[in-house]
Amino acid sequence: MAKIIVLLKQVPDLVEDLEVDASGKALDRSDIKFKLNEFDDHALEEAILLKESGSADEVVAMAVDGDDVDKMLFTALAKGADRAVKLTGGNPVDSHQMGKAFSNALGSEGYDLVFTGVQSVDDRDGQLGPIVASYMNKPCVSVVSGVFVSGGTVVVHKEYSAGIMGEFEVDLPAVLGIQAAKQSPRYAPVSKIRQVQRTASLGESGMGDLGPGGGSSVANMAPPEKGAGAEMLDNVEDLMDVLKDKGAL
Amino acid sequence: MGDVFVITEHLKGEFQDITFEMLGKAKEMATASDGQCVAVAFGSMNEKAGELGAADSVISIGGNDDYNPESYAAAVQSLVSAKSPSLILVGSTSMGMDIANTVATALDMPNISYCSDISAGSGGFSYTSSMYGGKMNTVTNVDSPAVAMVLAGAFNADAGRMTGSPTVEDFSADFGAGKVRFKRLIEPEDADVDITQSDILVAVGRGIGSKDDIELAEELAEVLDADLACSRPLVDAGWMPKARQVGKSGLKVKPKVYIALGISGAPEHIEGMKSSSTIIAINTDKNAPIFDVAHYGMTKDLFDVVEELVEELE
Repeated sequence: MAKIIVLLKQVPDLVEDLEVDASGKALDRSDIKFKLNEFDDHALEEAILLKESGSADEVVAMAVDGDDVDKMLFTALAKGADRAVKLTGGNPVDSHQMGKAFSNALGSEGYDLVFTGVQSVDDRDGQLGPIVASYMNKPCVSVVSGVFVSGGTVVVHKEYSAGIMGEFEVDLPAVLGIQAAKQSPRYAPVSKIRQVQRTASLGESGMGDLGPGGGSSVANMAPPEKGAGAEMLDNVEDLMDVLKDKGAL
Repeated sequence: MGDVFVITEHLKGEFQDITFEMLGKAKEMATASDGQCVAVAFGSMNEKAGELGAADSVISIGGNDDYNPESYAAAVQSLVSAKSPSLILVGSTSMGMDIANTVATALDMPNISYCSDISAGSGGFSYTSSMYGGKMNTVTNVDSPAVAMVLAGAFNADAGRMTGSPTVEDFSADFGAGKVRFKRLIEPEDADVDITQSDILVAVGRGIGSKDDIELAEELAEVLDADLACSRPLVDAGWMPKARQVGKSGLKVKPKVYIALGISGAPEHIEGMKSSSTIIAINTDKNAPIFDVAHYGMTKDLFDVVEELVEELE
């Protein structure tokens, strides 16, 4: 039976308008909403599914401290994680420092599998899964959309292009960058999250030494330059004209 | 500065487009930095070194023809340690994600994700990354050797697709501890329709909101004699079959007309459809990156537009 630790991270909600702050190098964080990285949500779902099917006996959600992180971790508990651990005492500035924080904590926690989302919209210096694996010196497979645990190994399906997948057998312990769970991530009703908030508590662990980071920093951030862009149409009549003109009608 | 390495990608005995896209850019960067453009080939792909004519030389790293996240990354790591290139281009792809991160982290080199452009500066290179689902670009300047993960479709493959007879050097690489073992390739199930052959595609994205509402897009597809396609989230949600997915892990399509309904246009999706002859995007978010590649756009509610359009056409 496997113990799975799922690394969770918040990212800006892209539904909101994004703006650059006064430094010209980072997002203006005052007005943006954060949400759980959607691939992390899949990683959590896959872990919970493995527990429900009897392939795992413990699922631990882990996240670096920050705004609304408590709520994110209580939500993970409401969805079916057994425990949640918040890493405190630091402020990782990039994927590498976040990877250090997680690998420091993972060392004392112990695990068979570490799941995390395959990528995130802000991981400019690299993807968390293989970075953590490299720090821990553990095998890693990214872009995974199927996980099957058996004994001391796990069989994974790694997505290539055009719907082709590679099947790999991986010795445990291992780190997997999850692209998609076997089913859509479940929803936790607010009432259940509130109930969990009243009855459960979050574990805490120190981040330890975060190291020097990924060795690069942003010199400039800006919305992409608009090319000629799309010709905007005002109404369906104009749209019909385009469709006719382009041979779609 | 030094040499520019391209980590080639192959599948089923063929170099993938990303290989040639990177080679073209690598050649340009090598020239700008007085270095050589070197292609790194795995397994028996050295037999096809003639296709890598854009490179000054090819390093044949050996190993199995079947990709393996552990052994390929270990091999590249041992090669980079030995040769100290100034720039290593790796695809921002399924295979590249394993290799780039593992090598860069293990060797303490900066790794820059989602590169849509790279330029040579006085002491190093400048990398433009497409971040936040394509809504922001960041520029990162690095004066030391670095790994760059190149977005598919960012550079022109034709610039790197040339035959020739580059010198081929064998390198004896370390292939790791054998903790990851390749078992087999899994081919996609036969699809009821091949959307890469469709003249007209109606593609739905997250903006469609619910599975039941896909029906409306189906109606539009029917009156236009088009096929229905979708972006990744709808496949993950189980609303649409994988065979209908356009994008990075799905299919690359280039129909005469591509109608994107409620698709924001993340780089992973755009990679699969930007070669369409005419792209029409309908999305309420006026800042959605899909409008950067679309030829025509509407920011109205997609349900209003599609309903009216279906009525008119019927």
